[in-house]
Amino acid sequence: MNSVIQVRNLTKRYKDAVALDDVSFDIEKDAIYGLLGRNGAGKTTAMSILTAQNLPTSGEVRVFGENPYENARVLSRLCFVRESQKYPDDANPRHAFAAARLFFPRWDQGLAEELIDDFQIPLKRTIKKLSRGQLSAVGVVIGLASRAEVTFFDEPYLGLDAVARQIFYDRLLADYAEFPRTILLSSHLIDEVSNLIERVLLIDAGRILMDESAEDARSLATNVVGDAAAVDRAVNGREVIHRESLGRVTSVTFLGRPEASERAAMAAQGLEFAPVSLQQLIVRLTQQRSAGRDRSPAESQEGSLR
Amino acid sequence: MDEGKPLFVQIAEQVEESILDGSIAEEAQAPSTNELAVFHRINPATAAKGVNMLVDKGVLYKRRGIGMFVSPGARELLLKERRNDFALRYVQPLLAEAQRIGLGPDDVADLIRTGAGATPAQP
Repeated sequence: MNSVIQVRNLTKRYKDAVALDDVSFDIEKDAIYGLLGRNGAGKTTAMSILTAQNLPTSGEVRVFGENPYENARVLSRLCFVRESQKYPDDANPRHAFAAARLFFPRWDQGLAEELIDDFQIPLKRTIKKLSRGQLSAVGVVIGLASRAEVTFFDEPYLGLDAVARQIFYDRLLADYAEFPRTILLSSHLIDEVSNLIERVLLIDAGRILMDESAEDARSLATNVVGDAAAVDRAVNGREVIHRESLGRVTSVTFLGRPEASERAAMAAQGLEFAPVSLQQLIVRLTQQRSAGRDRSPAESQEGSLR
Repeated sequence: MDEGKPLFVQIAEQVEESILDGSIAEEAQAPSTNELAVFHRINPATAAKGVNMLVDKGVLYKRRGIGMFVSPGARELLLKERRNDFALRYVQPLLAEAQRIGLGPDDVADLIRTGAGATPAQP
Protein backbone atom coordinates (compact mmCIF):
# COMPACT_ATOMS: atom_id res chain seq x y z
CA MET A 1 0.00 0.00 0.00
CA ASN A 2 1.21 3.45 -0.93
CA SER A 3 0.53 5.54 2.16
CA VAL A 4 1.08 9.28 2.58
CA ILE A 5 0.46 9.31 6.34
CA GLN A 6 1.45 6.79 8.98
CA VAL A 7 0.26 7.07 12.55
CA ARG A 8 1.63 4.73 15.22
CA ASN A 9 0.45 4.49 18.83
CA LEU A 10 -0.64 8.10 18.85
CA THR A 11 -1.96 9.36 22.18
CA LYS A 12 -3.12 12.89 22.98
CA ARG A 13 -3.99 13.77 26.55
CA TYR A 14 -5.43 17.07 27.70
CA LYS A 15 -5.33 17.75 31.46
CA ASP A 16 -7.72 15.01 32.53
CA ALA A 17 -9.19 13.90 29.19
CA VAL A 18 -7.76 11.45 26.67
CA ALA A 19 -8.58 12.75 23.17
CA LEU A 20 -6.71 10.01 21.29
CA ASP A 21 -5.90 6.71 22.93
CA ASP A 22 -3.03 4.77 21.32
CA VAL A 23 -4.33 4.92 17.74
CA SER A 24 -2.53 3.56 14.68
CA PHE A 25 -3.64 3.90 11.08
CA ASP A 26 -2.36 4.65 7.57
CA ILE A 27 -3.78 7.04 5.01
CA GLU A 28 -3.50 5.79 1.44
CA LYS A 29 -2.39 8.08 -1.34
CA ASP A 30 -5.07 9.59 -3.60
CA ALA A 31 -8.10 8.27 -1.72
CA ILE A 32 -11.01 10.21 -0.23
CA TYR A 33 -11.41 9.34 3.46
CA GLY A 34 -14.45 9.90 5.59
CA LEU A 35 -13.28 10.70 9.11
CA LEU A 36 -16.43 9.93 11.05
CA GLY A 37 -17.43 9.87 14.68
CA ARG A 38 -19.41 11.74 17.31
CA ASN A 39 -18.61 15.17 18.66
CA GLY A 40 -15.60 14.93 20.94
CA ALA A 41 -14.53 11.59 19.46
CA GLY A 42 -11.09 12.97 18.56
CA LYS A 43 -11.49 13.86 14.86
CA THR A 44 -10.32 17.47 15.08
CA THR A 45 -7.48 16.53 17.44
CA ALA A 46 -6.27 13.91 14.95
CA MET A 47 -6.40 16.38 12.04
CA SER A 48 -4.59 19.06 14.08
CA ILE A 49 -1.77 16.68 14.98
CA LEU A 50 -1.40 15.39 11.41
CA THR A 51 -1.04 18.98 10.20
CA ALA A 52 1.39 19.90 13.03
CA GLN A 53 -1.00 22.42 14.57
CA ASN A 54 -0.95 20.40 17.77
CA LEU A 55 1.58 18.06 19.36
CA PRO A 56 1.06 14.44 20.34
CA THR A 57 1.50 13.39 23.96
CA SER A 58 3.16 10.22 22.70
CA GLY A 59 3.39 8.14 19.56
CA GLU A 60 4.62 8.81 16.06
CA VAL A 61 3.20 10.65 13.05
CA ARG A 62 4.82 10.52 9.60
CA VAL A 63 3.55 12.60 6.70
CA PHE A 64 5.25 11.90 3.35
CA GLY A 65 7.68 9.87 5.44
CA GLU A 66 8.71 12.81 7.63
CA ASN A 67 7.81 14.40 10.94
CA PRO A 68 5.48 17.28 9.96
CA TYR A 69 6.26 19.49 12.97
CA GLU A 70 7.82 22.83 11.85
CA ASN A 71 8.68 21.09 8.59
CA ALA A 72 8.01 23.49 5.68
CA ARG A 73 8.76 20.76 3.12
CA VAL A 74 5.80 18.78 4.42
CA LEU A 75 3.46 21.60 5.43
CA SER A 76 3.41 23.30 2.01
CA ARG A 77 1.92 20.07 0.63
CA LEU A 78 -0.91 20.00 3.20
CA CYS A 79 -4.07 22.07 3.45
CA PHE A 80 -6.18 22.05 6.62
CA VAL A 81 -9.58 23.68 6.41
CA ARG A 82 -10.51 24.17 10.05
CA GLU A 83 -14.06 24.36 11.20
CA SER A 84 -13.19 27.45 13.26
CA GLN A 85 -10.44 29.05 11.20
CA LYS A 86 -9.30 32.40 12.62
CA TYR A 87 -8.51 35.35 10.35
CA PRO A 88 -7.08 38.78 11.17
CA ASP A 89 -9.77 41.21 12.34
CA ASP A 90 -9.77 43.45 9.26
CA ALA A 91 -9.26 40.64 6.70
CA ASN A 92 -11.78 40.09 3.91
CA PRO A 93 -12.12 37.01 1.68
CA ARG A 94 -9.98 38.63 -1.02
CA HIS A 95 -7.08 38.82 1.48
CA ALA A 96 -7.61 35.21 2.54
CA PHE A 97 -7.51 33.98 -1.08
CA ALA A 98 -4.47 36.11 -1.91
CA ALA A 99 -2.59 34.63 1.06
CA ALA A 100 -3.62 31.09 0.11
CA ARG A 101 -2.44 31.69 -3.47
CA LEU A 102 1.02 32.60 -2.15
CA PHE A 103 1.20 29.66 0.21
CA PHE A 104 -0.04 26.72 -1.87
CA PRO A 105 2.27 25.79 -4.74
CA ARG A 106 -0.49 24.03 -6.70
CA TRP A 107 -3.13 26.77 -6.21
CA ASP A 108 -5.51 27.10 -9.19
CA GLN A 109 -6.74 30.69 -9.49
CA GLY A 110 -9.25 29.83 -12.22
CA LEU A 111 -10.88 27.18 -10.04
CA ALA A 112 -10.90 29.58 -7.08
CA GLU A 113 -12.74 32.22 -9.13
CA GLU A 114 -15.33 29.72 -10.35
CA LEU A 115 -15.95 28.58 -6.78
CA ILE A 116 -16.20 32.15 -5.44
CA ASP A 117 -18.87 32.65 -8.08
CA ASP A 118 -20.64 29.35 -7.23
CA PHE A 119 -20.85 30.24 -3.55
CA GLN A 120 -21.44 33.97 -4.19
CA ILE A 121 -18.82 34.99 -1.65
CA PRO A 122 -18.75 38.77 -0.99
CA LEU A 123 -15.04 39.45 -1.53
CA LYS A 124 -14.84 42.85 0.12
CA ARG A 125 -16.89 42.27 3.24
CA THR A 126 -14.74 41.67 6.33
CA ILE A 127 -14.65 38.03 7.35
CA LYS A 128 -15.97 38.94 10.79
CA LYS A 129 -19.22 40.06 9.16
CA LEU A 130 -19.71 36.93 7.01
CA SER A 131 -22.48 34.49 7.84
CA ARG A 132 -21.50 31.03 9.10
CA GLY A 133 -22.22 29.60 5.65
CA GLN A 134 -20.14 32.24 3.85
CA LEU A 135 -17.28 31.60 6.27
CA SER A 136 -17.48 27.87 5.53
CA ALA A 137 -17.53 28.65 1.79
CA VAL A 138 -14.27 30.62 2.11
CA GLY A 139 -12.69 27.50 3.64
CA VAL A 140 -14.12 25.25 0.95
CA VAL A 141 -12.71 27.47 -1.82
CA ILE A 142 -9.25 27.44 -0.21
CA GLY A 143 -9.39 23.68 0.37
CA LEU A 144 -10.36 22.86 -3.22
CA ALA A 145 -8.31 25.48 -5.09
CA SER A 146 -5.15 24.67 -3.09
CA ARG A 147 -5.08 21.24 -4.77
CA ALA A 148 -2.79 20.26 -1.90
CA GLU A 149 -1.52 16.68 -1.99
CA VAL A 150 -3.32 16.04 1.28
CA THR A 151 -6.35 18.19 2.10
CA PHE A 152 -8.18 18.05 5.43
CA PHE A 153 -11.74 19.31 5.60
CA ASP A 154 -13.04 19.50 9.18
CA GLU A 155 -16.83 19.67 8.94
CA PRO A 156 -16.61 22.07 6.03
CA TYR A 157 -20.38 22.28 5.56
CA LEU A 158 -21.39 24.16 8.73
CA GLY A 159 -23.99 26.77 7.83
CA LEU A 160 -24.07 25.74 4.18
CA ASP A 161 -27.57 25.04 2.89
CA ALA A 162 -28.42 21.87 0.94
CA VAL A 163 -27.75 23.54 -2.43
CA ALA A 164 -24.35 24.86 -1.37
CA ARG A 165 -23.39 21.49 0.12
CA GLN A 166 -24.26 19.77 -3.15
CA ILE A 167 -22.09 22.31 -5.01
CA PHE A 168 -19.25 21.42 -2.65
CA TYR A 169 -19.66 17.65 -3.12
CA ASP A 170 -19.97 17.96 -6.92
CA ARG A 171 -16.97 20.28 -7.22
CA LEU A 172 -14.90 18.08 -4.91
CA LEU A 173 -15.68 14.97 -6.92
CA ALA A 174 -15.14 16.57 -10.34
CA ASP A 175 -11.83 18.17 -9.33
CA TYR A 176 -10.64 15.02 -7.56
CA ALA A 177 -11.43 12.93 -10.64
CA GLU A 178 -9.27 15.26 -12.74
CA PHE A 179 -6.55 15.84 -10.13
CA PRO A 180 -6.45 12.83 -7.81
CA ARG A 181 -5.16 13.62 -4.34
CA THR A 182 -5.68 12.56 -0.76
CA ILE A 183 -8.71 14.05 0.97
CA LEU A 184 -9.75 13.62 4.60
CA LEU A 185 -13.27 14.81 5.21
CA SER A 186 -14.76 14.81 8.68
CA SER A 187 -18.52 14.85 8.70
CA HIS A 188 -21.65 14.10 10.66
CA LEU A 189 -23.73 14.02 7.49
CA ILE A 190 -22.78 10.44 6.77
CA ASP A 191 -25.55 9.74 4.28
CA GLU A 192 -24.50 12.75 2.25
CA VAL A 193 -20.86 11.71 1.95
CA SER A 194 -21.15 7.92 1.95
CA ASN A 195 -20.97 7.61 -1.85
CA LEU A 196 -18.14 10.10 -2.17
CA ILE A 197 -15.70 8.42 0.15
CA GLU A 198 -13.50 5.46 -0.66
CA ARG A 199 -12.51 4.63 2.90
CA VAL A 200 -14.09 5.05 6.30
CA LEU A 201 -12.13 5.88 9.43
CA LEU A 202 -14.49 5.81 12.40
CA ILE A 203 -13.21 7.32 15.65
CA ASP A 204 -15.06 6.78 18.89
CA ALA A 205 -13.88 8.00 22.29
CA GLY A 206 -10.31 8.42 21.05
CA ARG A 207 -10.05 4.99 19.42
CA ILE A 208 -10.37 3.72 15.87
CA LEU A 209 -13.58 1.72 15.68
CA MET A 210 -13.51 1.06 11.95
CA ASP A 211 -10.90 1.35 9.20
CA GLU A 212 -12.54 -0.14 6.10
CA SER A 213 -13.29 0.56 2.49
CA ALA A 214 -16.70 2.19 2.24
CA GLU A 215 -17.80 -0.67 0.02
CA ASP A 216 -16.90 -3.30 2.63
CA ALA A 217 -18.40 -1.21 5.43
CA ARG A 218 -21.76 -1.25 3.67
CA SER A 219 -21.83 -5.04 3.77
CA LEU A 220 -20.69 -5.37 7.39
CA ALA A 221 -24.20 -5.61 8.79
CA THR A 222 -27.64 -6.85 7.79
CA ASN A 223 -31.08 -5.93 9.00
CA VAL A 224 -33.83 -8.54 9.23
CA VAL A 225 -37.49 -7.82 9.97
CA GLY A 226 -40.34 -10.19 10.72
CA ASP A 227 -42.18 -12.23 13.32
CA ALA A 228 -40.26 -12.03 16.62
CA ALA A 229 -39.83 -15.80 17.04
CA ALA A 230 -38.66 -16.32 13.45
CA VAL A 231 -36.23 -13.39 13.74
CA ASP A 232 -34.83 -14.85 16.96
CA ARG A 233 -34.23 -18.18 15.26
CA ALA A 234 -32.58 -16.48 12.29
CA VAL A 235 -30.15 -14.38 14.33
CA ASN A 236 -29.33 -17.10 16.85
CA GLY A 237 -25.55 -17.20 17.30
CA ARG A 238 -24.97 -13.92 15.46
CA GLU A 239 -23.67 -10.70 16.90
CA VAL A 240 -26.70 -8.47 17.27
CA ILE A 241 -25.99 -4.75 17.37
CA HIS A 242 -29.52 -3.39 17.51
CA ARG A 243 -33.02 -4.64 18.14
CA GLU A 244 -36.42 -2.99 18.19
CA SER A 245 -39.94 -4.37 18.33
CA LEU A 246 -43.41 -3.21 17.47
CA GLY A 247 -46.00 -5.72 18.65
CA ARG A 248 -45.00 -9.09 17.24
CA VAL A 249 -42.74 -7.58 14.60
CA THR A 250 -39.08 -7.36 15.44
CA SER A 251 -36.29 -5.65 13.55
CA VAL A 252 -32.76 -6.79 14.27
CA THR A 253 -29.46 -5.53 12.93
CA PHE A 254 -26.63 -8.02 13.13
CA LEU A 255 -23.04 -8.15 11.95
CA GLY A 256 -22.23 -10.14 8.86
CA ARG A 257 -24.05 -10.96 5.68
CA PRO A 258 -25.75 -14.36 5.39
CA GLU A 259 -25.04 -16.60 2.42
CA ALA A 260 -27.56 -16.61 -0.42
CA SER A 261 -28.85 -20.02 0.69
CA GLU A 262 -29.36 -18.82 4.28
CA ARG A 263 -31.14 -15.73 3.03
CA ALA A 264 -33.43 -17.84 0.89
CA ALA A 265 -34.25 -20.03 3.91
CA MET A 266 -35.02 -16.97 6.02
CA ALA A 267 -37.06 -15.37 3.26
CA ALA A 268 -39.12 -18.57 3.05
CA GLN A 269 -40.10 -17.99 6.70
CA GLY A 270 -41.45 -14.58 5.78
CA LEU A 271 -38.43 -12.61 6.98
CA GLU A 272 -37.46 -9.52 5.06
CA PHE A 273 -33.94 -8.23 4.60
CA ALA A 274 -32.96 -4.64 4.40
CA PRO A 275 -29.48 -3.32 3.80
CA VAL A 276 -27.89 -1.25 6.55
CA SER A 277 -26.70 2.14 5.37
CA LEU A 278 -23.31 3.42 6.43
CA GLN A 279 -25.03 5.98 8.65
CA GLN A 280 -27.18 3.35 10.40
CA LEU A 281 -24.20 1.07 10.88
CA ILE A 282 -22.11 3.84 12.41
CA VAL A 283 -24.90 5.00 14.71
CA ARG A 284 -25.46 1.41 15.88
CA LEU A 285 -21.77 0.67 16.41
CA THR A 286 -21.10 3.85 18.37
CA GLN A 287 -24.29 3.40 20.42
CA GLN A 288 -23.31 -0.15 21.24
CA ARG A 289 -19.85 1.01 22.27
CA SER A 290 -21.07 3.78 24.54
CA ALA A 291 -23.64 1.42 26.09
CA GLY A 292 -20.81 -1.06 26.68
CA ARG A 293 -18.67 1.57 28.40
CA ASP A 294 -21.43 2.43 30.87
CA ARG A 295 -22.06 -1.13 31.98
CA SER A 296 -20.11 -4.03 33.38
CA PRO A 297 -18.91 -6.55 30.75
CA ALA A 298 -21.60 -9.10 31.66
CA GLU A 299 -24.34 -6.51 31.38
CA SER A 300 -23.04 -5.07 28.14
CA GLN A 301 -23.22 -8.51 26.57
CA GLU A 302 -26.87 -8.64 27.45
CA GLY A 303 -27.35 -5.01 26.51
CA SER A 304 -26.17 -5.70 23.00
CA LEU A 305 -28.87 -8.34 22.66
CA ARG A 306 -31.67 -6.13 23.82
CA MET B 1 -29.86 4.13 -6.04
CA ASP B 2 -30.86 0.76 -4.67
CA GLU B 3 -29.00 0.34 -1.38
CA GLY B 4 -29.19 -3.45 -1.49
CA LYS B 5 -26.48 -4.05 -4.08
CA PRO B 6 -22.90 -2.85 -3.95
CA LEU B 7 -22.62 0.49 -5.75
CA PHE B 8 -20.07 -0.74 -8.28
CA VAL B 9 -22.46 -3.52 -9.32
CA GLN B 10 -25.21 -0.95 -9.85
CA ILE B 11 -22.88 1.15 -12.00
CA ALA B 12 -21.96 -1.90 -14.08
CA GLU B 13 -25.64 -2.79 -14.49
CA GLN B 14 -26.50 0.70 -15.70
CA VAL B 15 -23.82 0.50 -18.38
CA GLU B 16 -25.09 -2.97 -19.32
CA GLU B 17 -28.59 -1.57 -19.60
CA SER B 18 -27.38 1.07 -22.07
CA ILE B 19 -25.70 -1.63 -24.14
CA LEU B 20 -28.78 -3.86 -24.04
CA ASP B 21 -31.17 -1.12 -25.14
CA GLY B 22 -28.74 -0.09 -27.86
CA SER B 23 -28.01 3.41 -26.60
CA ILE B 24 -24.31 2.49 -26.60
CA ALA B 25 -23.56 0.45 -29.72
CA GLU B 26 -20.91 -2.24 -29.98
CA GLU B 27 -17.48 -0.78 -30.77
CA ALA B 28 -18.71 2.61 -29.52
CA GLN B 29 -16.95 4.41 -26.68
CA ALA B 30 -18.36 3.73 -23.21
CA PRO B 31 -18.52 6.44 -20.52
CA SER B 32 -15.23 6.92 -18.70
CA THR B 33 -14.72 6.16 -15.03
CA ASN B 34 -14.61 9.89 -14.24
CA GLU B 35 -17.76 10.62 -16.24
CA LEU B 36 -19.59 7.86 -14.39
CA ALA B 37 -18.30 9.11 -11.04
CA VAL B 38 -19.35 12.71 -11.61
CA PHE B 39 -22.72 11.75 -13.12
CA HIS B 40 -23.69 9.32 -10.34
CA ARG B 41 -21.94 11.39 -7.64
CA ILE B 42 -19.83 8.49 -6.46
CA ASN B 43 -16.16 7.99 -5.74
CA PRO B 44 -14.16 7.36 -8.95
CA ALA B 45 -12.62 4.24 -7.37
CA THR B 46 -16.13 2.77 -7.07
CA ALA B 47 -16.90 3.64 -10.69
CA ALA B 48 -13.58 2.09 -11.75
CA LYS B 49 -14.49 -1.13 -9.95
CA GLY B 50 -17.75 -1.31 -11.91
CA VAL B 51 -15.97 -0.65 -15.22
CA ASN B 52 -13.31 -3.27 -14.41
CA MET B 53 -16.03 -5.79 -13.69
CA LEU B 54 -17.33 -5.24 -17.24
CA VAL B 55 -13.83 -5.56 -18.68
CA ASP B 56 -13.33 -8.88 -16.85
CA LYS B 57 -16.65 -10.06 -18.20
CA GLY B 58 -15.65 -9.18 -21.77
CA VAL B 59 -18.33 -6.52 -22.17
CA LEU B 60 -15.89 -3.61 -22.42
CA TYR B 61 -12.30 -3.44 -23.60
CA LYS B 62 -9.65 -0.81 -23.21
CA ARG B 63 -7.97 1.06 -26.04
CA ARG B 64 -4.79 2.46 -24.64
CA GLY B 65 -4.82 6.20 -24.24
CA ILE B 66 -8.31 6.55 -25.69
CA GLY B 67 -10.75 4.90 -23.30
CA MET B 68 -13.21 2.08 -22.85
CA PHE B 69 -15.15 0.60 -25.75
CA VAL B 70 -17.98 -1.90 -26.04
CA SER B 71 -16.73 -5.31 -27.15
CA PRO B 72 -18.14 -6.86 -30.31
CA GLY B 73 -20.72 -9.46 -29.25
CA ALA B 74 -21.28 -7.71 -25.88
CA ARG B 75 -25.02 -7.32 -26.42
CA GLU B 76 -25.46 -11.04 -27.23
CA LEU B 77 -23.39 -11.94 -24.17
CA LEU B 78 -25.56 -9.78 -21.91
CA LEU B 79 -28.81 -11.07 -23.40
CA LYS B 80 -27.71 -14.64 -22.76
CA GLU B 81 -26.79 -13.78 -19.17
CA ARG B 82 -30.08 -12.00 -18.54
CA ARG B 83 -32.06 -14.95 -19.94
CA ASN B 84 -30.17 -17.34 -17.68
CA ASP B 85 -30.92 -15.14 -14.67
CA PHE B 86 -34.57 -14.66 -15.57
CA ALA B 87 -35.92 -17.66 -13.63
CA LEU B 88 -33.97 -16.77 -10.51
CA ARG B 89 -34.63 -13.04 -10.56
CA TYR B 90 -38.25 -12.95 -11.67
CA VAL B 91 -39.98 -16.34 -11.79
CA GLN B 92 -38.98 -17.61 -8.34
CA PRO B 93 -40.08 -14.46 -6.44
CA LEU B 94 -43.29 -14.49 -8.49
CA LEU B 95 -44.08 -18.09 -7.52
CA ALA B 96 -43.18 -17.43 -3.88
CA GLU B 97 -45.64 -14.52 -3.69
CA ALA B 98 -48.27 -16.58 -5.58
CA GLN B 99 -47.95 -19.34 -3.01
CA ARG B 100 -48.36 -16.88 -0.12
CA ILE B 101 -51.69 -15.68 -1.54
CA GLY B 102 -52.93 -19.13 -2.54
CA LEU B 103 -52.28 -19.18 -6.29
CA GLY B 104 -50.77 -22.27 -7.91
CA PRO B 105 -48.35 -22.31 -10.86
CA ASP B 106 -51.26 -22.95 -13.25
CA ASP B 107 -53.12 -19.88 -11.97
CA VAL B 108 -49.97 -17.84 -12.47
CA ALA B 109 -49.54 -19.23 -15.97
CA ASP B 110 -53.15 -18.25 -16.78
CA LEU B 111 -52.56 -14.75 -15.45
CA ILE B 112 -49.42 -14.42 -17.55
CA ARG B 113 -51.28 -15.55 -20.66
CA THR B 114 -54.15 -13.11 -20.14
CA GLY B 115 -51.72 -10.41 -19.05
CA ALA B 116 -49.57 -10.96 -22.11
CA GLY B 117 -52.69 -10.92 -24.29
CA ALA B 118 -53.87 -7.71 -22.67
CA THR B 119 -50.59 -5.82 -22.98
CA PRO B 120 -50.66 -4.94 -26.69
CA ALA B 121 -54.23 -3.65 -26.24
CA GLN B 122 -55.62 -1.12 -28.69
CA PRO B 123 -55.07 2.45 -27.57
